[in-house]
Amino acid sequence: MASKFLHIQRLRRVYVWELPVRFYHWLNALVLVALIVTGFYISNPLALMSQRDAVEQYTMGWFKYIHFAAAYLFFFNFLFRIYWGFVGNKFANWNQFIPTSKRFIKEMWTVFKIDILMLKKNGKEQHHLSIGHNAMAGFIYFLTFIAFLVQCLTGFGLYAAMGGWWFPQLFAWVPAMLGGDALTRVIHHWAMWFFILFAVVHVYLVFYHDYVEGRGEISSMGGGWKFIEEDVFDKNKHQTPNPEKK
Amino acid sequence: MDNEMLEVKQPTYYEEVIRKGYNRRDFMKFASMMTAFIGLEKSSIGQVAKSMETKSRIPIIWLHFQECTCCSESFIRSSHPMVADILLDMVSLDYTETLMAASGIQAEQSLKNTMTKYKGEYILCVEGSVPVAADGVYCMIGGKTSMQILDEAAAGAKAIIAWGSCASNGCVQSAKPNPTQATPIHKLIKGKPIIKVPGCPPIGEVMAGVIVHLLTFGTIPELDRVGRPKAFYSKRVHDTCYRRPYFDAGLFVETFDDENARKGYCLYKVGCKGPTTYNACGVMKWNGGTSFPIQSGHGCIGCSEENYWDNGRLYDRASSFAGFGIEADADTVGKIALGATGIAIAAHAVATNLGKKNSIHDLENEGKISEHELPS
Repeated sequence: MASKFLHIQRLRRVYVWELPVRFYHWLNALVLVALIVTGFYISNPLALMSQRDAVEQYTMGWFKYIHFAAAYLFFFNFLFRIYWGFVGNKFANWNQFIPTSKRFIKEMWTVFKIDILMLKKNGKEQHHLSIGHNAMAGFIYFLTFIAFLVQCLTGFGLYAAMGGWWFPQLFAWVPAMLGGDALTRVIHHWAMWFFILFAVVHVYLVFYHDYVEGRGEISSMGGGWKFIEEDVFDKNKHQTPNPEKK
Repeated sequence: MDNEMLEVKQPTYYEEVIRKGYNRRDFMKFASMMTAFIGLEKSSIGQVAKSMETKSRIPIIWLHFQECTCCSESFIRSSHPMVADILLDMVSLDYTETLMAASGIQAEQSLKNTMTKYKGEYILCVEGSVPVAADGVYCMIGGKTSMQILDEAAAGAKAIIAWGSCASNGCVQSAKPNPTQATPIHKLIKGKPIIKVPGCPPIGEVMAGVIVHLLTFGTIPELDRVGRPKAFYSKRVHDTCYRRPYFDAGLFVETFDDENARKGYCLYKVGCKGPTTYNACGVMKWNGGTSFPIQSGHGCIGCSEENYWDNGRLYDRASSFAGFGIEADADTVGKIALGATGIAIAAHAVATNLGKKNSIHDLENEGKISEHELPS
């Protein structure tokens, strides 16, 4: 058989993404799509002309309603994810997102060389040392959390003027600090493009990793499992970008 | 004899109104109107009327710096003639470049007198921004820079009213690149209560309302986070706009000469800034309640908002920042970035298949071997 040329890998199943993380991920994906679609409509409404009177229509009203409802889901989902960063497993931990150790920086550089510059072939040796987020991905997710924060601050800041509830009022200082709703709206709109670009690159890279590594990258966000070669597993090298704090 | 005994007692507002030939009924109408404008309930009419009957005028110094005097113009065109007659004539007698009779040395003397005589009591009204570039030479009056005049006048003021967008946020002369460093009052004067009354100009009744509030209660009106009176600036023009149902329905004017414009649909898509502008235009309207920009078919330009000159174009709602290209908006930049990302991804996908050919091949082989080894 061809196996004399090829070392057949035995794979270890690793439970990487717990159910709450998967739930968070897909809810986030859903509300982000809703927010982007409705956001585009709100910013520049399509000319959906109808002969009916204004009193019989509520098109913009519904788009705004969906946008605001999705925004609340987005915000509390985001809060939940931060909470899970403290109680979840090691792959979900908050310190996998913030470059606080030499190991983290070093791995980011390795990922950069393997996946972007393609300087290393990354065949059987599997230089990708982290099973959950690799260091580069972790850091990019950290940036997305900052973008989440920017969108929540500017979005609820704009919403404060129309919301009677105390919660959006907590954000009323944002437009006041930025010098008005106009600039707040501009920032909110520009930051949205970060999400679109992120989503495109994110989806591509998921396919890419699945394809070149064969560790079940795509399906991991379904069942939660990734598969790691037994000999890599046995070498017991670090499996998360940051060492665990003792 | 005590010096103060020699001074002529200042007339009350009521006495002044009667002297000018108004009757009691006119006065009560005025008091009712102002009560409504400053957002008080009906029972407060008596309080407003009583203040005007018993209190003598508030000494006011009204300074003009970098501005066009549209605030003064707006003020003297308040819907009720009494506003101009009693408020402006009386309050601004002390010093106001545009309307006072005195000029030259006498005018400067009058300013000085008011500042000494009513130290700590007078209200300082400032119309216009202060240019601070080149030591303030861009705006000088009577041989002094506007900064010097402001400093001197603010020192003894009880409170400061920043009339209009110039004094509140800089307005057009502070638009990029702001060659004279036009600066609003709150950035120059600290430690004094400052009431911002933005707008280019602010609504005359709003200006009168602020003064009547000061007069009635002797305190500054409740202000929002930015320092504007809540009674007039807590709602967006959008929230009180009579075209709002068209917005909610999704019915918009596409161009100024289309059928939708004729029907009076929402002006959002032709650049109306009502949704980001806090002002009372939709309620109080202009020129004695005749109309306001949106009612006359033109979108709000957001004149009472900070940096409205630099916040994108007046006739569309694109999220533009000056400096990206000529004035690229977020969506144009976003689409270019999206295209670039797409190209980069395609290139990367090709490079992956070439560069990692062997390892991908190994994975495929490994999978195929397993497939063959499995019994059918």
